[in-house]
Amino acid sequence: MSRAPYRPDHPVDFIVIGSGAAGGAVAKELAVAGFEVVVLEQGPYLRGKDFKHDEVSTVFLNQLTNNPKRQPQTFRKTEAEKAKVQFSVGYGREVGGGTVHFTANWWRLHEIDFQERSRWGAVAGASLEDWPITYQDLEPYYTKSEQDIGVSGLSGSNPFDAPRSKPYPLPPLPVKSSGVLFDRGAKKLGLHSFPAPMAILSQQYKGRPGCVHCGFCMQFGCEVGAKSSSMAALIPVAERTGNCEIRAESYVRKIETDPNGRVTGAIYFDSAKREVFQRAKAVALCANGVESPRLLLISKSKRFPNGLANSSGMVGKNLMFDTGTQVSALFDHPLNEYKSVQVTRVLHDFYDSDPKRGFFGGGGIDARFLETPVQFGLEGLPGMPRWGSEWKKTAAHYYPRTMALFSHLTCLAVEQNSVSLDPDLKDEWGLPCLRVTFKNHLDDLKTMQFILDRQKEILEAAGAEKVWPMPIGEVTDSVHLMGTCRMGNDPKRFVVDRFHRAHDVPNLFIVDGSSMVTSGRQQPTCTIQALGYRAADYMTQAAKRGEI
Amino acid sequence: MSSVSLLALRPEIAAAQQHARQAAATSGTQLTYFDHAAAAEIEAIAAQIVPTDDTPGAREAGVIYFIDRALGSFFKENQEAYRKGLAELQAKRAAMFPGSSSVALLEPEQQLALVKAIDGTPFFEMVRAHTMIGFFNSPDQGGNRDYIGWKLLGMEHQMVFQPPFGFYDAQVSKVDSR
Repeated sequence: MSRAPYRPDHPVDFIVIGSGAAGGAVAKELAVAGFEVVVLEQGPYLRGKDFKHDEVSTVFLNQLTNNPKRQPQTFRKTEAEKAKVQFSVGYGREVGGGTVHFTANWWRLHEIDFQERSRWGAVAGASLEDWPITYQDLEPYYTKSEQDIGVSGLSGSNPFDAPRSKPYPLPPLPVKSSGVLFDRGAKKLGLHSFPAPMAILSQQYKGRPGCVHCGFCMQFGCEVGAKSSSMAALIPVAERTGNCEIRAESYVRKIETDPNGRVTGAIYFDSAKREVFQRAKAVALCANGVESPRLLLISKSKRFPNGLANSSGMVGKNLMFDTGTQVSALFDHPLNEYKSVQVTRVLHDFYDSDPKRGFFGGGGIDARFLETPVQFGLEGLPGMPRWGSEWKKTAAHYYPRTMALFSHLTCLAVEQNSVSLDPDLKDEWGLPCLRVTFKNHLDDLKTMQFILDRQKEILEAAGAEKVWPMPIGEVTDSVHLMGTCRMGNDPKRFVVDRFHRAHDVPNLFIVDGSSMVTSGRQQPTCTIQALGYRAADYMTQAAKRGEI
Repeated sequence: MSSVSLLALRPEIAAAQQHARQAAATSGTQLTYFDHAAAAEIEAIAAQIVPTDDTPGAREAGVIYFIDRALGSFFKENQEAYRKGLAELQAKRAAMFPGSSSVALLEPEQQLALVKAIDGTPFFEMVRAHTMIGFFNSPDQGGNRDYIGWKLLGMEHQMVFQPPFGFYDAQVSKVDSR
């Protein structure tokens, strides 16, 4: 075994493409197991000192996310339409991926999430399927991830949680006023809110400091490293092994294969847009729910004319979006939600689907901070004056006294919802752009209306002076990107097997949001990471047996 | 020593605090894109959007320095829209107030009437958006001088907070500690 850095012509054991929730875990696990690993990450390698409380650079100038000016996208609702240039899919684009700027909600799936199809039957117009694994298969990896990165929460506080083999490693973060009011409303209605499981340290853990409650959390990177991102918690461990080389600003344009149909490495553009071919014995593709299928579709060859690992034709299909609703509310006294983390209380009473409701779907609800100052200035709240002295008075009164309930809902898989290659548009590197086709299943909209009504009731029960339900409708943009290379036992209908090995390519593994068979109730990061740990465990065992 | 001051001693917090202090003190004092006349016109509109009344407004927060910096760099695709918008604004001003020479020199109630007359136009919406961003963004990009924008919203800017954060969680923590 040689030590990092590696020469491109040296075939390393594994290339990991992407360094987010899954890629970070895969890279760290493989490096710790002693394999030679090269991580190819599109985005830059930022550290705590690069993160500022600056919405312009963070949000408007895409410091931490994909920039639609450099990598444009097209969007359409149905295959019959010609897609137009329109931003629809956002993702973290730096070492650590989306875990750097995410809310850090860390919800495990429930047992039922893996078996909804057998429990409730088929849903017309949707491709609802069981997962090829159960909650029990994934449980050890949920636990490993929580222990590794540091997750704060209160075990046993959610009556709807699946069984867990170990309690959360850290106590919950201190409750905010939004959480207290959520508890108050829920209790009055006989519901069960509980301390939010968050991938943010409530106390010092493994040499990283606890949260300082600065408030610039969701959408921002954590200066102190208290947010348990792959960047803060996993990549440094991988690098310390001496086997793992992180190559930032390395944008893969093709996964290369040989005439036998085996992967031989990856061709990428380095920071100067020079092409480099890194050889490898195997590739783990963890580039997220839209970039992974895009790269597979771009990686065509004589042997794989419809894109790599796509004999099923399912690469890019069944795209599932971040579906949810928002109700904001005004209270008498200052909540000061701008301090500390985004979410401190969650509720899962309406999580399960219930045939009595007449549609398929359910959701979780969390209490959270409404908006950062610039976003509040731009959007405000419904009915507010938009400028002048009256606006100033209203803004000053509302901002400290408002909170929101957000819901995170079922998004049914529909085969026509997809990621494909735009036939015309190219990105700054000359690669075909993402073309997104998406239209919610009708049941998704019914779930939205049902949960929106519950959110209103809870806030009214909590004593809100005013309640603002935000209008619901078809989702046209999303950050949780799921379902586009689903896992399943049947090679004709699924892209990867139950261990994330591509059915068509023995030394290619695909693990990220694309692997998810159903959407759960959003907040997929925890599951994406657990899948990463499980896939890495399998890759390790298989490689040691010489079965890759 | 309290846990707050212990945290404050951590080098990353100290560095961030130092950065924030510096940004607040040095935000926006020089124009780099607009000339003074154009800047005065835009500032007059911004000062109607976030007026100076019993609390400071866009003028005191140096919003014009944010817009100036933005137009010269990251929002430069809006340069033409400003040129065109300002020209149309001058025509509107001249029509509404014959004999006037600039928006900046109009009486405050005339400025208000002019801004009301353009409310809802794409130019107004753009200037409103840029005024809000300049008023509420961190002083890193110019604007929000001395955190005037954040103070309006009741925000203190600290790198470290400790619970209780607001009225309702303070109530609960009182009950808990009894």
